[in-house]
Amino acid sequence: MCGIVGLFLKDKQLQPQLGILLTDMLVTMSDRGPDSAGIAVYRETASGCFKITVQSANPAVDFADLHQDLGVKIEVIDTHAILTVPSDEIAEVLAQIEVAHPGLRVMSRGKAIEIYKEVGLPQSVADRFNIPDLSGSHGIGHTRMATESAVTTLGAHPFSTGADQCLVHNGSLSNHNRLRRKLARQGTQVQTENDTEVAAAYLTHRMEQGDDLGEALEAGLSDLDGFYTFVVGTENGFGVLRDPIACKPAVLAETDQYVAFGSEYRALVNLPGIAHANVWEPEPATVYFWSH
Amino acid sequence: MQQLDLETHSLREVNAMLQAQDAQTNHTEWEILNPKGAHAIACGLDAEIDVKVKGATGYYCGGMNKHATIRVAGSVGPGVCENMMSGKVVVEGNASQYAGATGHGGLLVIKGNASSRCGISMKGINIVVHGNIGHMSAFMAQSGSLVVCGDAGDALGDSIYEAQVFVRGSVASLGADCIEKEMRPEHIAKLSELLSAAECDADPSTFRRYGSARQLYNFDIDNAGAY
Repeated sequence: MCGIVGLFLKDKQLQPQLGILLTDMLVTMSDRGPDSAGIAVYRETASGCFKITVQSANPAVDFADLHQDLGVKIEVIDTHAILTVPSDEIAEVLAQIEVAHPGLRVMSRGKAIEIYKEVGLPQSVADRFNIPDLSGSHGIGHTRMATESAVTTLGAHPFSTGADQCLVHNGSLSNHNRLRRKLARQGTQVQTENDTEVAAAYLTHRMEQGDDLGEALEAGLSDLDGFYTFVVGTENGFGVLRDPIACKPAVLAETDQYVAFGSEYRALVNLPGIAHANVWEPEPATVYFWSH
Repeated sequence: MQQLDLETHSLREVNAMLQAQDAQTNHTEWEILNPKGAHAIACGLDAEIDVKVKGATGYYCGGMNKHATIRVAGSVGPGVCENMMSGKVVVEGNASQYAGATGHGGLLVIKGNASSRCGISMKGINIVVHGNIGHMSAFMAQSGSLVVCGDAGDALGDSIYEAQVFVRGSVASLGADCIEKEMRPEHIAKLSELLSAAECDADPSTFRRYGSARQLYNFDIDNAGAY
């Protein structure tokens, strides 16, 4: 199974409520996947700096002197930390993390994205990271019932393989091992054994080659074999794609204030104005995309 | 009129109350409030009662229905009235995938669109969709009728047995062993009855009929080399 929710706000007045709305949507989907849960939230920093979300299995040790070692501002939230980095130092900081901080895992990087994910039910993950308090322009949540790789923090969704990009997935891919090897030969490395991360890396790779997100998703229809409902986030946008068989459920709702995605309608019932929203099931093999 | 509110009653309580009605019941009209997309609402009913669901439902609404008339004032999730035996289910909005799957009898009416696999493996149920249907509909459909006032998606009637399919709009593609067939007067008469029962004023003469070419029923010795 797995449960997916997504919320793309058109109305800026709703932005302070993004975290609470997304949390409520994701908790409603808990019985679609009790293994692990994660949320990606997009919110620009006032300074225009980049953010790197890192995770550690041993945060007390790994985060203790991190701000001094890296020379950056750091905000620790449970097992995660948000590093605020000037845009011209991002490559250097990432290289330092890789060389000198083997206990850290980079969850995401970009101008707006923050990713929080852990093993456990959506409510416990949301509580640990104070997700309800987060504001933002858009966000994606996932609750996982593991199939293709182990139940670990790193196997949880969302996956982010490029700046401000993230992907969540309901389904399973059958050609991910071959695609992982192909991407590695082309210089794109995937961190885990997870099939979804390969799909995320594939889309990032396509976009590095010049595709926009819509073109990358279209190309995925022929290169990704398996079952999928994907929800994708970028710095300014939010996309949905289902495979041609489309057996993984999906519901979209749109009002003047937002576009919302849910694996089931249940996830959407507490959104403001949902009774008058345009609600529909996305067509198979059709790319849907909204951007600010 | 009996009202059951899913804000104050659990789903099990609501379904148990509806399932407890029998042929002698005096409570023949029921209303379910605040469905909020919940699963398995009004499943397993077995009495001639009218149930109105005031909002959208999740998976398997009206599953295994016998005798009851269920009307959903909203859209329904996957598997609406799966394996229905008799009675009538009317959906005022849209239906998600495999609407009416494996149904043995009764009438399912969808006033909006139905998505993929509508009427998959239907075994005698009649389904009337006022709008369009998605791909792989009437897959392995055995008997009963599927009526579509709009368009049908890809692979309509793949591996179909003796069910009849009537489509007014376009058909994206026919599945294996499904062909267009002649519309004879008896088909027009049957279609008129179904449309009328489904609160639909479409003209039966504007539909086309599809069914099995019966080429997949038996093993064909000429294909032995392919196995």
